[in-house]
Amino acid sequence: MIEARNLSKRYGKTVAVDTLSFDVRPGQVTGFLGPNGSGKSTTMRMILGLDNPDNGTVTINGRPYRDLPWPLREVGGLLEAKSVHPGRSAFNHLLFLAQTNDIPRARVSEVLELVGLTAVATKRAGTFSLGMGQRLGIAAALLGDPGVLLFDEPVNGLDPQGIRWVRMLLKHLAGEGRTVFVSSHLMSEMALTADHLVVIGLGRLIAERPVAEFIAESSGQHVLVRTPGSEALSAALVKAGARVSPASGGALDVNGLSAAAIGDIAAGLGVHLHELTPQLASLEDAFMDLTQESVEFHGGAGTGKVPDPVAVASSPSPDEGGTR
Amino acid sequence: MTVIPTFGSTQHAGHYGPLNQLRSEWTKLRTVRSTTWTLLATVVAVVGIGALATAVTAAHWRSGGFEDRVGFDPTARSLAGVFLGEIAVGVLGVLAMSAEYTSGTIRATLAAIPHRSLVLVCKAAVYFVVALVTSEVLSFAAFLVGQELLKGSTPYATLGQPGVLRAVAGVGLVLAVIGLLALGLATIIRHTAGAIAAFVGSLLVLPLILQAFPTSVQHALLKFMPLVIAENMATTNGLRRAFGNAVLFSPWVGFAILCAYAVGSLIIGGILLQRRDA
Repeated sequence: MIEARNLSKRYGKTVAVDTLSFDVRPGQVTGFLGPNGSGKSTTMRMILGLDNPDNGTVTINGRPYRDLPWPLREVGGLLEAKSVHPGRSAFNHLLFLAQTNDIPRARVSEVLELVGLTAVATKRAGTFSLGMGQRLGIAAALLGDPGVLLFDEPVNGLDPQGIRWVRMLLKHLAGEGRTVFVSSHLMSEMALTADHLVVIGLGRLIAERPVAEFIAESSGQHVLVRTPGSEALSAALVKAGARVSPASGGALDVNGLSAAAIGDIAAGLGVHLHELTPQLASLEDAFMDLTQESVEFHGGAGTGKVPDPVAVASSPSPDEGGTR
Repeated sequence: MTVIPTFGSTQHAGHYGPLNQLRSEWTKLRTVRSTTWTLLATVVAVVGIGALATAVTAAHWRSGGFEDRVGFDPTARSLAGVFLGEIAVGVLGVLAMSAEYTSGTIRATLAAIPHRSLVLVCKAAVYFVVALVTSEVLSFAAFLVGQELLKGSTPYATLGQPGVLRAVAGVGLVLAVIGLLALGLATIIRHTAGAIAAFVGSLLVLPLILQAFPTSVQHALLKFMPLVIAENMATTNGLRRAFGNAVLFSPWVGFAILCAYAVGSLIIGGILLQRRDA
């Protein structure tokens, strides 16, 4: 269980995290979603006691990270892929971590096996591919068999098999009853992996609710209708209170009536239906709707400034600053 | 109310402590190649240059002038490699800390042991023991090899003579403490190149800058220079003559000042480590 209360952090004039409060509960995968530079990594680092919040607190199982008697046995964290000395072998990287928390040497081999790095355990980590580096980071997070796991963008740089493997692993860990908190800027990935979502933008909490609810709320009631009698049906639907707009290929996008109601109205008119499909908004759409106001490079129409997404996106933000 | 399962290892008794971190720091130090390379460089510097200096001295003794023979200190001559040794040992001290930052390992380290001053103290302790054992062995080796090479051609020293054991053992201590200063500087600066520049600068460049000052100021400040303190430790008869009228500290007072530099840099580094975001 992770509890964040009014967490705030600024770097100079930039507010990275702004009075952020949320809970991460055990037994489910909680997605931490936000655009680049929204404060996800900063929040992760504050949970792990690496960055000091300017205000607010965050506790793990009721205690601040710095008060944990054996931190790696309680919390496992995957931060950036590169927190490994390139000249040290995977085994030795895990060994020095194990020694800090009195974790037996045998466990090092165990987690290497688990992430599939046994064959390259004695190779220097600098020779690893991005994906192997991520696997090593995941092995480090699992080292102490912790009940709370944090993963910052775990699928970054992974190939499709790797992404699938991480997805299964996260679900498996949550299924065992662990608290799993995983950040991503990819909403599609979260739709597949997470049960619960914490959405932030510009360091502020935008939404905190189950994924299913999140999608349902944002979907509204859109139904795609294809029919040869579109004029007659449109008129009847509008009369019934729906908003009808043309969709691609001569279809109709009907908003405000359920598929069943539309079917009944069509039957009453004797109009043939060729398609009647309720539209679920993708998590991506929902996310875009929610964060539209808070994206850093959102073009301000009133300022008369032309936004340049490329330039802004490539400028370093305190959140995604990478390694020093 | 749902029962939250506990995972095997959270029931582990006690709390992490210095022993955990000492073992971990020892693993870190011995599992990177740079440690081997810098220690090999220290061997070449201390023993190699000492042997070269004494061999050349022995070969040129007969043909050399009077000025070469007056005040000849066979102990100091065999320890001539100490200056390059300081750089090599210092680079190891810098890397022991700066590599954590350049590679990002510091985040893994501090997430495992959130007690940051404990991390710094253990890292410094492990480094100091490794540096001290290495430097003492090399200092004695350089002395013994050097005297062997001088024997027969020039006056030579034995460990029983006054000041000789102090010089040889003292040089080993000086090397290890100068390395600690380097580790402290790296904790403050956090970048390999920057820390090495600051370290070499404080060793070699400060005395050069001092030359731009009036003689009285030079004489007042020279005795505080780490390089002068090290050189003074390496001689059996004192450096007073070599530095004109400058009055130097006695070898052990100089050593105490050097220790103060090292501890000072570690304390400043420790305070910054506590305050800064990792």
